[in-house]
Amino acid sequence: MQNITFKIFRFDPEKNKAPYFDNFTISVSHGDTVLAGMFYIQKTHDPSLAFRFSCRGAVCGSCAMHINGKYRLACETQVLELNADTITIQPLGHLPVLRDLIVDFTSFYENYKRIKPYLIGKEPVPEKEYIQMPEERNKIGNTIDCILCGACYGACATAGVNKEYFGPAALLKAERFLSDSRDSIEDDRLRIVDDLHGVWRCHSIFSCQDVCPRELSPAEAILRMKKRILQKTIL
Amino acid sequence: MYKFDAIIIGGGLAGLRAAYELASNNIKTAIISKVYPIRSHSIAAQGGVNAPLNNIEREIADDWEKHAYDTIKGSDYLGDQDAIIKMCKEATNRIYEIEHWGCPFSRTDDGRISQRPFGGQGFPRTAYAADRTGHAMLHTLFEQIIRINEENKCLTFFDEWFVTRLIVEDNSIRGLIALELKIGDLHAFKTDAVIIATGGAGRLYGKSTNALINTGTGMAIAYWAGADLKDMEFIQFHPTTLYGTNILVTEGARGEGAYLLNKNGERFLSNYDDSKKSMEIAPRDIVSRNMIREIKKGNAINGQYLLLDLRHIGKKAIMERLPGVVELAGKFAGINAITEQIPVEPGQHYTMGGIDVDINCRTKINGLCAAGEAACVSVHGANRLGGNSLLETIVFGAIAGENTVKYLSSNKKGNNSAILIESAIKEEKEETNHFFERDGKENVFTLFEEMNSVMWNNAGIFREEAQLKDGLKNLRNIKERCNNIEIRYKGKRFNFELYWLLELIGSINIAEAVIMGAIERKESRGSHYRNDYPKRDDETYLKHTIASYSPEGAKLSYKPVTLGFIGPAERKY
Repeated sequence: MQNITFKIFRFDPEKNKAPYFDNFTISVSHGDTVLAGMFYIQKTHDPSLAFRFSCRGAVCGSCAMHINGKYRLACETQVLELNADTITIQPLGHLPVLRDLIVDFTSFYENYKRIKPYLIGKEPVPEKEYIQMPEERNKIGNTIDCILCGACYGACATAGVNKEYFGPAALLKAERFLSDSRDSIEDDRLRIVDDLHGVWRCHSIFSCQDVCPRELSPAEAILRMKKRILQKTIL
Repeated sequence: MYKFDAIIIGGGLAGLRAAYELASNNIKTAIISKVYPIRSHSIAAQGGVNAPLNNIEREIADDWEKHAYDTIKGSDYLGDQDAIIKMCKEATNRIYEIEHWGCPFSRTDDGRISQRPFGGQGFPRTAYAADRTGHAMLHTLFEQIIRINEENKCLTFFDEWFVTRLIVEDNSIRGLIALELKIGDLHAFKTDAVIIATGGAGRLYGKSTNALINTGTGMAIAYWAGADLKDMEFIQFHPTTLYGTNILVTEGARGEGAYLLNKNGERFLSNYDDSKKSMEIAPRDIVSRNMIREIKKGNAINGQYLLLDLRHIGKKAIMERLPGVVELAGKFAGINAITEQIPVEPGQHYTMGGIDVDINCRTKINGLCAAGEAACVSVHGANRLGGNSLLETIVFGAIAGENTVKYLSSNKKGNNSAILIESAIKEEKEETNHFFERDGKENVFTLFEEMNSVMWNNAGIFREEAQLKDGLKNLRNIKERCNNIEIRYKGKRFNFELYWLLELIGSINIAEAVIMGAIERKESRGSHYRNDYPKRDDETYLKHTIASYSPEGAKLSYKPVTLGFIGPAERKY
C-alpha cells in the first residue's frame, strides 16, 4: 500500500470559465490500475468526476487519456509502475472537452469516415471465402488491431494545429484497406489520402507510434502510402 | 420528439447486424447505445465463431447436423432444437458474408478461413481472427454500416444515450424514453418497432469477465414493459479468468493445447469423471466446477488460484495464435505467458438466459424483438459452447432485422400515440427529478457492490436452497435500500451517480429473476449446479423457466423445450 495523489483535470464548460485540477490522495496497492483509482475516487471522494469506461481490459478504447506525460489507456496503466507520488491525468488532446476527462469524438469519427473505412471486395464475390494467403493476411495483421481510442490523435502535433488533418488513426485505417488483398479500390483510396490534409500533412514526428497502446505504427503506414502515391505518379 | 420507423437499442454485433438488415430495406432507424458502438462488449470476444464451413478436406466432413448435435448436447438438452438447427444451418453463410465484408479471419496455408477446436465440439469448427475475433467482427460490421449509411442515410446513431423505458400500448410498441448522458436531458422517441440488443447481465456478479456496461438493464426495460425473461438462472462461468481482475483468458488457449495445473503441477482434470476424457477442452461448466472443487481440496496456489500453462506450445505458435493472451497476462498480471504459468480462477462469463423470444426473435409484445446475449431464443440452453455466442449475434441479429422489416410492412399504424408518449416522458422526468431531490444515506456505488457479492456468494458456481433463499432476502433488502440512494452530485452532464442508479435499478430486478429461477430449479443442468440436487431431472425440469415482472418480484411459470432432433441423454465428455 502506498499513498498516491491523483491530480485530475476538471472542467464543466457550463459551469467553469476555465479548467482546473483537483487533487485526491488515495492508497494504492500492487495491481491497481489508474482506472480503478478513478472509480475509487468517484465512489468515495467525488461523485461528480466524469470519465469514460467499458471493457476495463484494454480492448474497447474508451479510456485513453493523458497520464503522467503520455497518452495511455487508464485501464491498463498500473499506478505503481508509473513510479510517481503524483499521477497527473488530463483528457485526450485536440478534441473539445465535454466534461472532465470526457472529450467529444465527433470530429475524430468524421475524419475516420473520410477515408472510406470499409472493404469494397473484388468482383465476382466468391461463393465461399476470398482466398487470402497467410502472407497476404499478414499484411493487415497489425493494422486491424486499432481500437480507435484516439491516443495517437491526441499526441499528434499536426492534428493539434490543423483541424482538417485526417489524423493518424484514420490514415492507419486507410492503409489497412489498401493492404487487403480482397479490396478493389486501391486507386480511389490513394486519391483520397493524396490530399493536402491527408498523408502529406504528416511530418513524421512519430508521436502516434510512441503512444499507441496497441503498439501500431500509423506514421510508418503513412510513409508507405506516400511511397505508393509517388510510385503511382512518377513511375 | 424524435420519430423513427424502428429503433435498435445496443450497438454491438447483434444490434449492428440488425441495423444492416433495416438499412438494406430502407427503414429509417435509430441506433441508441450507452457507449459508442465499437466500445460494446462484442469487442472483447477472443476465441472465435463456429460454423461447419467444411472448407478443408478431412476424412469425415463437418455439417450443420454435427454442429447442432454438439450444441444441443452442450446445452444439456435445454436448448430449443428448432432454433439451434436454424442457427447451425445459417452459420456458414453468415461467416462467408462477414468475410466478404472484410473480416480478417486467420487463414490456412492455402488461404482458406482457418478453424480451431473448441470445447465440447467434435470438429475444429471455430473460425477466428487471431485471438481478437470479436474485435475483428465488430469493426467489420461497423465499417459496413458506415458504407451502407453513406448510400441511403437510413441510420441515425444516438451514441451515449441510455434508454430508461419502453412505451407500450395495446401490447404494441409505441416508443421509448432515453437519457442523453452528455446533456442529462430525457427525450421521447416515437417508433413502431424496437430491437433490444444490449448484451448480457454479467455485471450482476463481482467476478466477471464482462465489460462494466453489461448490467442487464436492456433486459430490464423489456421485462418492465411486459416481455418475459427466460432461463435466467443459467449463468455461465468461464474457467480461465485472470486471478484478481477476472479478465478473460480465451478458451482458445486450451484449444491450442494449454494445460490447467494445480499447485503440484498436476493436470487435475484427469481426476474427475466428467472431464478425464476431454481434459482441458471439456465444456466450460464442467471445467469451472472441477477447478472450484480443486481449490476447495486445498490444491490451489495460496489457496486462491490455479495455473494455465502455455509454455510447451512454444513461443512461435503462441505469438501467432494467442498474442492477446501474452499481452494481457503481461499487462494485467505481470506474467510472461511464454515462460511463466498464468494464475487463473473461474469467473462469470455469459448470460444464457434473457428476454424470451421465439425463433424469429419476437417477444410477446408486438413490434418488440430481441437478439444476441440480451435475448434467449434459446440456442444455448443450460450451457453455451464457446464460439456460439458470436454466431448467435450475427444469425439472430439478421433475423431480428428481417422480422422487424416484415412487421413494419404488415402492420397498419397511424394511431396517434403522441399523448401517451407525452405522459410517459412527463412521468419519467418527475421520477428523475425525485432521484435528485430525495435525501438518503445510501451510496449507489456501494449498493452495486453489495449486489455483486450477493450474486457471487449466493448464486454462483455451486448453489443450494438455503444459500439461494438467503441471497434473495439480501437482494430484496438492497432493492428496498435503492429508495434511499442520495445523488450527491446534482449536475446534469455525464452524471455517473444517476447513471449507476439507473443501472442498479435494472440490474437488481434481473438479479432477482436469476435467484428466483435458481431456487425453483431443483436439479443440476449445465451451468446451474445444485449441491442439494446434483442430478439432472428431465421428468420435472426439462422446461424453460419464464419470469414475468410484477412490482413484488418475478412471477415464475414454465414452458416446454422444443425437442425432436435428438433426445436427452447423459452428458459426458
